[in-house]
Amino acid sequence: MKKYLNILIVLTVCFGGASIAFAAGLINGAGATFPYPLYAKWAYEYNKKTGAKMNYQSIGSGGGIKQIKAKTVDFGASDAPLTAKDLDDSGLIQFPMAVGGVVPVVNIAGVKSGQMKLSAEALSDVYLGKIKKWNDVKIASLNPGVTLPDDSITVVHRSDGSGTTWIFTNYLDKVSKGWHEKVGFGTAVDWPTGVGGKGNEGVATYVKRIKNTIGYVEYAYAIQNKLAHARMENKEKNFVEPSMEGFMAAAANADWKGTPGFAVVLTDQGGKNAWPIAGATFIIVQKAPASCANTKEVFGFFDWAYRDGVDMAKSLDYVPIPQPVYTVMEDAWAKEVKCGGQGVWKR
Amino acid sequence: MPISDGHKSGHAADAAFKGVSFFFAFAVMALLSAIIFVLIKESWLSIGKFGLGFLVSSTWDPVQGVFGALPAVWGTVVSSVIAIIIAVPISLGNAIFLTETAPKGIKGPIGAAIELLASIPSIIYGMWGLFVFAPFIAENVEPFMIERLGFIPLFRGAPLGVGMLPAGFILAIMIIPFISSVARDVFLMVPPILKESGYAVGATKWEVIWKVVIPFAKSGIMGAVILGLGRALGETMAVTFIIGNSQRISLELLNPGTSISAALANEFTEAVEDIYLSSLVELGLILFVITFVVLAAAKLMIARSSYRPYSGGAR
Repeated sequence: MKKYLNILIVLTVCFGGASIAFAAGLINGAGATFPYPLYAKWAYEYNKKTGAKMNYQSIGSGGGIKQIKAKTVDFGASDAPLTAKDLDDSGLIQFPMAVGGVVPVVNIAGVKSGQMKLSAEALSDVYLGKIKKWNDVKIASLNPGVTLPDDSITVVHRSDGSGTTWIFTNYLDKVSKGWHEKVGFGTAVDWPTGVGGKGNEGVATYVKRIKNTIGYVEYAYAIQNKLAHARMENKEKNFVEPSMEGFMAAAANADWKGTPGFAVVLTDQGGKNAWPIAGATFIIVQKAPASCANTKEVFGFFDWAYRDGVDMAKSLDYVPIPQPVYTVMEDAWAKEVKCGGQGVWKR
Repeated sequence: MPISDGHKSGHAADAAFKGVSFFFAFAVMALLSAIIFVLIKESWLSIGKFGLGFLVSSTWDPVQGVFGALPAVWGTVVSSVIAIIIAVPISLGNAIFLTETAPKGIKGPIGAAIELLASIPSIIYGMWGLFVFAPFIAENVEPFMIERLGFIPLFRGAPLGVGMLPAGFILAIMIIPFISSVARDVFLMVPPILKESGYAVGATKWEVIWKVVIPFAKSGIMGAVILGLGRALGETMAVTFIIGNSQRISLELLNPGTSISAALANEFTEAVEDIYLSSLVELGLILFVITFVVLAAAKLMIARSSYRPYSGGAR
């Protein structure tokens, strides 16, 4: 084993550019699949700039949480926040890295993108299987002037456990008593009705191919697949379009400072333009890390990403974390993560 | 070099070879036992909590942490049985054509083409199923089926193109090469003298095939079928794409369902809670037991057919 390690080091020195490779090292992370393209892009650009290497394995939030708890990686990533208690029990802190918006998408002949308006009640009743046809009065009354067919609604949901489902069901759980009692929320739930597509792309494909469907996907997939999205009624009774601004409004309006463990859930946030079905994806690190040098690198990387990664995030249809929010996060890094009594992160 | 030296080193090599081959054979057994052990160990939590009720409960609620295997087991068995019902006649037709009636020139190409089907990765079948097959049958086949055959509950449901029946279709395509190539080999084992005797007493080709070849190869064919069944039971990616992934039991086969392997492929990555993970592992254990039993039965039948070269015949 040691021999191989030596060879590895020699190889790194030969090919990696000695000084940089040693100064920066290699940091390992694992977890959520949703932010993978973003983290990969950031890692690539960061590597070009500093020579530091980041290796991120998108094995799913569950795996990421397990690995950071076991200290086998330098950071974990999860699409749903861990609870404050869970964080305390395992000596972890978490911070949001990007915001995702979940968008209901429909495929109804003659209904254009942004034309369909949905309220919290209508959406939850469709997913509960209570509203069975598109011309149901609960939908029709929201959409005067839109011709809705007398056809059965096919509900599409995710078949795999996912952060997208967590955000979507968390929203339904908050706004609908019936949903809260019957289903609840989680990365996977016991769906009352519908078909399951694997991944965002699976749901997008079903919605595209099957008529009279409704599904929910990450914002980026709705845009890239040119799916017809619905407008949602938010907490302040405005019908809002899904947009970067709407997701950022949800993130900015949330009370990050006052929420223990930053376990903020961005669904159903107040704000005139806030999109109601949003959520942050989180990075999790140990408060007393196994490798202090690596954790320092992790912070260096994510600090850079907060500041200089904004445009890259937007170009990939991810929503960056607003500046007031990440300032709070970086204060927490400095305060909470320590090695031998010394703070790991210093600005 | 003296001969005796050669013998000596030969003995040593023999012993070494025996040791090595024993080791590898043993390693396979050890691996198998280790897999069973780990599956049982990891599913212990779920076995303890749900007991035998796990097998008959149809609740699959990750939020409450209540799990039951019935929808997945049902979907696994039903999709595989549909696949067998479709694939067996086609495969046997293939095998008979190739061994009995095909002109020499096209035997090779057709046989090769069928075997080529087996080498297509299952994800390709899944994507083809989702992008091409599902939209096609949703538009052209399923509405017709519901209208004309809808009086039988089996042919009802939502015409989505994805569901239990479409999954069965895709599985059938996937197992046809397996069943037909084994069936072809079994038919080739029928001693020519039996067939020639048939023709000698004036039997037609049809009579020879039905009364000599098939009865002789009967248990081999059963083996081939069960081998196909074993493959269909465990097939994952293609099924995940097209079965509809809904934890529900429906007699209406056009409706979406799920299977054990699809549930595992879907839910493993994000299963955080211990009981959730443990229940998924127990699903895996159940699939292991089902496939193990099925494949053991197949081996037994194929073995029986080949050990009775002349005693079988037309009974």
